[in-house]
Amino acid sequence: MADSNKNGAVLLAVENIALAFGGVRALSDVSFEVREGEIRAIIGPNGAGKSSMLNVINGVYRPQQGTVRFRGELHRSMDPHYAAAHGIARTFQNIALFKGMTVLDNIMTGRNLKMHAGLLEQAIYIGRNRREELAHREKVEEIIDFLQIEHIRKTPVGRLPYGLQKRVELARALAAEPALLLLDEPMAGMNVEEKQDMCRFILDVNDEFSTTIVLIEHDMGVVMDICDRIVVLDYGRKIGDGTADEIRNNENVIAAYLGVSH
Amino acid sequence: MFYRETGQFKTSYAADQALFPIRQDRYAMVAMLVVAFIGIPLFFSDYWLTALLIPVLVFSLAALGLNLLTGYAGQLSLGTAAFMAVGAVAAYNFQLRIPGMPILLSFVLGGLSAAVTGMLFGLPSLRIKGFYLAVATLAAQFFIPWLVTKVGWFSNYSASGVITAQPIVILSIAFNSPQKKYLLVLAIVALLALLAKNLTRSRIGRAWMAVRDMDVAAEVIGIRILQTKLTAFAVSSFYCGVAGALYAFAYLGSVEPDGFNLDLSFRILFMVIIGGVGSILGSFLGAAFITLMPIVIEVLLTQAGHAFNLTLEPGVTSMVQLLVFGGLIIFFLIVEPHGLARLWQITKEKLRLWPFPY
Amino acid sequence: MSFFFEVLIGGLLAGVMYSLVALGFVLIYKASGVFNFAQGAMVFFAALTFVGLQERFGLPFWATFGLSLATMVVLGTLIERIVLRPLVNQPQITLFMATIGLSFFIEGLAQLVWGTNVRRLDIGIKDEPIPAVLQHFDMAVSSFDLTAAVVAGILVAVLAVFFHVTRVGRALRAVADDHQAALAVGIPLKQIWAIVWSVAGFVALVAGLMWGARNGVQYALTFVALKALPVLILGGFESVPGAIIGGLIIGALEKLAEVYLGPHIGGGIEGWFAYMMALLFLLVRPEGLFGEKRIDRV
Repeated sequence: MADSNKNGAVLLAVENIALAFGGVRALSDVSFEVREGEIRAIIGPNGAGKSSMLNVINGVYRPQQGTVRFRGELHRSMDPHYAAAHGIARTFQNIALFKGMTVLDNIMTGRNLKMHAGLLEQAIYIGRNRREELAHREKVEEIIDFLQIEHIRKTPVGRLPYGLQKRVELARALAAEPALLLLDEPMAGMNVEEKQDMCRFILDVNDEFSTTIVLIEHDMGVVMDICDRIVVLDYGRKIGDGTADEIRNNENVIAAYLGVSH
Repeated sequence: MFYRETGQFKTSYAADQALFPIRQDRYAMVAMLVVAFIGIPLFFSDYWLTALLIPVLVFSLAALGLNLLTGYAGQLSLGTAAFMAVGAVAAYNFQLRIPGMPILLSFVLGGLSAAVTGMLFGLPSLRIKGFYLAVATLAAQFFIPWLVTKVGWFSNYSASGVITAQPIVILSIAFNSPQKKYLLVLAIVALLALLAKNLTRSRIGRAWMAVRDMDVAAEVIGIRILQTKLTAFAVSSFYCGVAGALYAFAYLGSVEPDGFNLDLSFRILFMVIIGGVGSILGSFLGAAFITLMPIVIEVLLTQAGHAFNLTLEPGVTSMVQLLVFGGLIIFFLIVEPHGLARLWQITKEKLRLWPFPY
Repeated sequence: MSFFFEVLIGGLLAGVMYSLVALGFVLIYKASGVFNFAQGAMVFFAALTFVGLQERFGLPFWATFGLSLATMVVLGTLIERIVLRPLVNQPQITLFMATIGLSFFIEGLAQLVWGTNVRRLDIGIKDEPIPAVLQHFDMAVSSFDLTAAVVAGILVAVLAVFFHVTRVGRALRAVADDHQAALAVGIPLKQIWAIVWSVAGFVALVAGLMWGARNGVQYALTFVALKALPVLILGGFESVPGAIIGGLIIGALEKLAEVYLGPHIGGGIEGWFAYMMALLFLLVRPEGLFGEKRIDRV
């Protein structure tokens, strides 16, 4: 049971977000906030706009209306580079790993923003660049240990099974040491054991590093178990916002989503 | 069994990140350098040096440049020869117009001029990819030779448009013999290859590959796409520019703008494809392959001609060359997209067990 | 003033010739998503085959045309089988590079079979100013160019009908959109591709005849065909009307630039002007005038 007494400061607040592609309305007037240290879920039927919401939060999509407030700073629309540089990291629904690189290299790219050696220093390698590479390699190895993927660190990502790829993607996001972690269906396509592992990892990340987590998930069992508060979207609108108990008893939510037995 | 890695445990990340973590690779590298720097000049004839080895090295450098851009960063370019031309012409002009200019510095400045040009023509790459970008690079390929020919200043108003490269003199030593030229080119190429290898295993190399593989994800991690792409164009064009300068100064002895044509760009692209996209070693293998192939074809055809008592029309060799190159490209793309470099890797893995069957 | 129009019309008509080549690209791209760099080589091969057959067998025009077409169909089928099928799931850039290799192969093969001499190709229409136009408007408009324009127009109309009305045409469009989905609906992919490449071969033959009659059949033809690339950038890779309009624009602007701009900066602009235009256009509107903007959903 997750601790639902996390009353930390508001880390992220999205206000009146409206997003459309051509004629298709993906999001209409969506507002909610995420408190520091909590695990927030975004749930809803397919096409409800959940991934689009994550994309707005870290700047991949520009909403036509609304604002994103992160750590008190107001943004008319978030810029992906700003998001990455200020502690927002994410994973994607369809794994966005760099298929041509090894696991280790993929995770190391997560540290790119923290490395500062210049082009010439990198070409010479010996000296500042080498020290930087080794220092960051150590940090990356900690994450590899944490997620138990030591045995595949030199494998090209394209050759890994789906479940391990998802874990590597999580590792890459963690490598950035984010304050806010956005997970888009981190457990999609996994079997029961893999899901349990992933749940454990997510809880550990939240526990040990105090990382705030926003996750999109379809498995209601997982959501009710590990999440502190839940936002429910349907057809791009918010139809519920609260703790697991509150959502369970919300008529609109039941009608739209939970009414159908899984 | 000769290539066994067992027993070689790396006990630190530093050892793991070394350039040649496996002992056999280190020995092989040392042996190769000894052969290259000492053995070859001693034992190979002038003909081999000037007609084959120097061009192979020069083209390796150009192929290396293209490989960084196309293989690592995923930006397709058909304008390689144009950037070589910039390097050659710029080096010539720097050497000509600044008294007392050390020639090595002219090469570097030639490379930098090519780098700037490369960045300019690389600007569209922010908005376009794949074959769109290839067409954009064609603009460079057709425009630059025209510009160099039309603007007389570049060729110092030579009547024929052909530039005669200055002789290479470093620290009062004239590099005029095949051996000296070979060693100079070898030293430059070896150094630049090392720098390139270092780049590919550093932050920028990973950024390039990230942009190549999935630029949306790269952006989300915080990699600046435009900067990364422009850096790729800059570094790649620098390498091509230096290669162009070496091509003019150490191989041809002259700069003929028409010689830096689309055909040459394609040849270098073929070197990259056959040698191995995204591989430093592959650039060398591909350059050697493509440079030596015409000779092999010529020899085979004349032998066949004798054997079957046929007289071959002049120009048949070049036709067959086209056939063979085209066919090989398709063959490699189908069978082994990672080219000769990957075949070499597979050979090494087989050597782990050979001569034992399993 | 009439000189300006003369240059303009000359440019437009030259542009039509580019469009003919670009059409072949568009067909293959529309139907298989493959950017066929070898289209220029195919134009060259088609023209050379026609001329070679004419020399060798001396048959009347339509017989030679039919034989050449048959050859192109065979070529297209072979290409589909040997080059494309093994590469079916590879990234687009791999396929593109394969077609580069293919273009070299075809160029080598064509010259090996038919020799490297420049050939004259005569299809019975002279490249001379039309007397009527010369008299009334005081402009020299080549009857050859005009014929080419008419031919191109007919070709476009036929293709447009083919794509939008016939079942095969619809199947081709489905395949271009989504291979897997097309397969799921039961469209025979391999047949479709063989058809597409054959149609592209037909277009290449027509273009080859026009170009060959104009400039003689020689290796340089392949470079001229490269000019179709800027046309595609302007018109969008997937649009038949785009190929036509793009060709017209490129042809016109190129001619105008050569005549009015050229003398000021040394001449010989035609080698690169089209590409520079394409480059600038790419900065502004990458998908072309008629292409579709792609939105990458993540």
